[in-house]
Amino acid sequence: MSKIYDVIILGGGPAGLSAAIYSSRSKLDTLVLEEKRKAGGQPTTYEDMENYPGVLGKTAPELMEDFREHAEKFGAIIERGEAEDIEVDGFLKTVKTKDGQEYKGKSVIISTGAEPRKLGVKGEEEFKGKGVSYCATCDADFFVDLEVVVVGNGNSAIEEAIYLTKFASKVTVIVIHDEGIMDAEKILQEKAYQNDKIEFVWNSTLDEVKGEGLVDTAVLKNIKTGEKTALSCDGIFIFIGRVPRTDFLEVTGVDLTDNGYIKTNQKLETNLAGVYAAGDVRDKFLRQVITAASDGAVTAMAAGGYIEEEEYWQENVLEAEEDVLVAFWSPTNEDSLEMINKLEAMDLADRGVKLVKIDTYKNTLISERYEVEEIPTVLKIKDGEVVDNLVCPSLTEVEEIL
Amino acid sequence: MLEVDKNSFEEEVLQAEKPVMVDFWGESCTVCLELMPGVEELAEKYSNEMKFCKLNIKGNRRLAMSQQVMGLPSMVFYVDGEKVEHLSGDDLTIEEIEEEIKKHI
Ligand SMILES: Cc1cc2nc3c(=O)[nH]c(=O)nc-3n(C[C@H](O)[C@H](O)[C@H](O)COP(=O)(O)OP(=O)(O)OC[C@H]3O[C@@H](n4cnc5c(N)ncnc54)[C@H](O)[C@@H]3O)c2cc1C
Repeated sequence: MSKIYDVIILGGGPAGLSAAIYSSRSKLDTLVLEEKRKAGGQPTTYEDMENYPGVLGKTAPELMEDFREHAEKFGAIIERGEAEDIEVDGFLKTVKTKDGQEYKGKSVIISTGAEPRKLGVKGEEEFKGKGVSYCATCDADFFVDLEVVVVGNGNSAIEEAIYLTKFASKVTVIVIHDEGIMDAEKILQEKAYQNDKIEFVWNSTLDEVKGEGLVDTAVLKNIKTGEKTALSCDGIFIFIGRVPRTDFLEVTGVDLTDNGYIKTNQKLETNLAGVYAAGDVRDKFLRQVITAASDGAVTAMAAGGYIEEEEYWQENVLEAEEDVLVAFWSPTNEDSLEMINKLEAMDLADRGVKLVKIDTYKNTLISERYEVEEIPTVLKIKDGEVVDNLVCPSLTEVEEIL
Repeated sequence: MLEVDKNSFEEEVLQAEKPVMVDFWGESCTVCLELMPGVEELAEKYSNEMKFCKLNIKGNRRLAMSQQVMGLPSMVFYVDGEKVEHLSGDDLTIEEIEEEIKKHI
């Protein structure tokens, strides 16, 4: 049988690498599957990392190198592969990759991030690599002393517009909103206004890309008046948001929002037990490196807890030789504490019955699976099956099922 | 693969007898670096039928632009000194490159 990992992480961006640091440091056998030759995710495509706490003199790609090294230091394995499917068979999950490999694990963390959204206008596809770009650090070199257009007004668009002024002679930012309104943070807006090389066109979108061989014109459309104007330029950078990489999940049954983001609960669990989502790929308010890293930590710890609970249950209850009495209790419930005391005083072991206590406050997985709603609850399990179910039982009732 | 630059481009690419594929790349282009090993393999596999060159755009920016390359990665195909195809985009795959090679040999 092939190796079974504790945690399989899909995608080696900030979220995936942070999850790998936390899980491998907790001695969980950890595999990161990354589709690209180089791990690091989106930050490998831009330069400035201005808001990651404690990181002052490093570029975004350098920070990602550190993330990767940190994960590998604790023993995480990073392999190349594009995840295409996740199959969940109870505790065992199988991840299939595009090149036909199969990996088995006890838990899966999905951190496949997001990719740039295409605008879908005429000429966009045709002029890719000929002046239309989605990555400033990749292509900025070409535009030294030339004039470029940036489409978009969120953080990425404005950050990249500022970055491009180090190369281009003029950067025109196309904003869909009314004059003075941008989605980017105020501090970025201020920087952009103060930059002499940046100009703005308001209430407008890109309507068409034109050129002969190379881009020479951006046709802009005013969304208020419908009027079109031709702006001559040498390059067009498009930063109009990103779309989550979740198309491969459609067949797996992982719940997604209408926009394709993964739905998660507080522990960042998806609707499938033992499958988690971290980073830009999940439905959340702020998509940044720090929140991706935070998600990574949460999912790794949640996955660790899940594995522990599941393995404890399997070993002590489902695979037990003798009959098992499972007592669900909680440290805040007096009645349940009292019952535990009584059960412990019954010398069950001498009577060939094993007592297993489940703290419902810590272990929600098992209580939810057995639909335990009130405590104390006592289940009698024989060969892995529930044979008796008592809610708030008296001692005589317990005696009866023994 | 033969490394070409602005001085050798004319002779090695435009005057070549065989069809030529030029891999335009740059150090900050991660997609280019990712494709490189696969491209090297293709260069081995088709070495009899096609000539394979690579061009680092650093220092050769004007040459790249004269070839209408303004974004990376870019794989440009030449037959008898004429540019016949230009593949580009960060979603470019080795399979697509191989397809294109087959069209010109
Ligand atoms: C231009 C730009 C500027 C930005 N500036 C900042 C900034 O200054 N500060 C900040 O905090 N944030 C910034 N961000 C946002 C930040 O980069 C993201 O929030 C962060 O990268 C999200 O991390 P992630 O790990 O969730 O996803 P990603 O970074 O998208 O990583 C996902 C990884 O998964 C891989 N992958 C995808 N699908 C699969 C698959 N099926 N199988 C295997 N692997 C797969 C991808 O190759 C990628 O490596 C910026 C983003 C952009 C685009």
